[in-house]
Amino acid sequence: MTFLRDALLVAGKDLRIERRSRVALQQIVPFGAIVVMLFAFALDSERTLLHAAAPGLFWAAVLLAVLLAVGRSFSIEEANRARDGLRLSGLDGGSIFLGKAAAVAVELFLLELIVGAAVVVLYDVTVRGVVVLLCAAFAATVGLAATGTVYGVLAGGLRARETIVPLLVLPAVTPVMLGATRSFQFALAGTPGDAWPWVQLLAAFAVLAVTAGTVAFGPLLEQA
Amino acid sequence: MKRLFLAATAVALAVTAVFALWVTPPRENQGFEAVRLLYLHVPTAWIAYLAFGVTALASLLWLLPRTRSATWDLLAGASAEVGVVFTGLTLVMGSLWGKPAWGTWWEWDARLTTTAILFFLYLGYLALRRTGATAEERGTRSAIAALIAFADVPISYLSVTWWQTLHQQGTVFNADRHVLIDGSMAFTLIAAVVSMTLLYGYLVLDRLQLAQLEEGREARDVQRAIDDRLRYEGDDSGAV
Repeated sequence: MTFLRDALLVAGKDLRIERRSRVALQQIVPFGAIVVMLFAFALDSERTLLHAAAPGLFWAAVLLAVLLAVGRSFSIEEANRARDGLRLSGLDGGSIFLGKAAAVAVELFLLELIVGAAVVVLYDVTVRGVVVLLCAAFAATVGLAATGTVYGVLAGGLRARETIVPLLVLPAVTPVMLGATRSFQFALAGTPGDAWPWVQLLAAFAVLAVTAGTVAFGPLLEQA
Repeated sequence: MKRLFLAATAVALAVTAVFALWVTPPRENQGFEAVRLLYLHVPTAWIAYLAFGVTALASLLWLLPRTRSATWDLLAGASAEVGVVFTGLTLVMGSLWGKPAWGTWWEWDARLTTTAILFFLYLGYLALRRTGATAEERGTRSAIAALIAFADVPISYLSVTWWQTLHQQGTVFNADRHVLIDGSMAFTLIAAVVSMTLLYGYLVLDRLQLAQLEEGREARDVQRAIDDRLRYEGDDSGAV
């Protein structure tokens, strides 16, 4: 029980920082929105093309935003050597991981809502299969947040952190990109039943990523 | 020992080259003469998987307190380096072969796509190794990264397979790849796998020795700096 309470404590700390600094809201969310616009420029604002590619473009935008969210999650630990404070706090490594990943996940949910609204409006998408959309988004977001957080601490304290995290995270989350995109495609196409295997894959990925992070975070934090 | 290794590798490679280039026949449905690329393509792919397997195993041995030794960390790095090179070769040669055989440089087939993902995963791993930290730090960070990458491969493969089977069917690649193999072709393929494995062993051994020498040099440099400092402080100990 203390494990979860500690995790909530860490998540609360990170979210409080974001609420006060508004970096996530004022920088990361607009970034996601501008990426959505850029895709329209790239595809020459062709309605049918944008409409068909909407799920993939949405998740590509989210994936790019994940990199920023993870970078932010660890840059707040750099200032005033907060990382040392975290290390000395006596909290279990696993609970710190869960807390940080949960905070990133909450930020990503918010981002997905706003970027999703932008996609619906700009790409002319009709929302269908809401249950599948929500389940897939939940599983995908947990997987992305957990993977990002593991790699964030893995590269923590390194001078090359900003450049190395994208290189590590993006290939690793290929299954999430594929699974989430396919789930959304099926849901929006009106055949949500076909999406369930993909949602299960996303859930399996999320469970693996959370488990790996909980186990590995303690030793990694000691090194960072 | 290493010389012997090198000599065996050279002989095996030469035999493979002779068989692959002159003895085996060209094949009509495999890109005619381009089929000879397969004698490199198949073994390089095998080496890539072997190399990443060795990296994962060595990383695990580093992480377990009872078997922790600097050699495992260096071996993991050496094997991953060779693995990335061989993965790159696999992709390039597969692509070169694909153009005459299938009429396209790239096919979004599960195996190809997973191999490309593998390439980037371990490129990231190598980048992580080079970011400069103490050997202990680097060892733990990179060992965990290697194990995560290794665990990620099956799930990536699964997702890409599903993606392809649910997405598009009946591409060139779906044709049965297990064509009947001519006797000389089978022998050449086995010889190629053996010689490439020898080459892998030699390269890893060489890279491992180099890494150990580098580590040793760094340790000596630090020791020298400490000695200099002690001598310097010894000189003016009375002046302070």
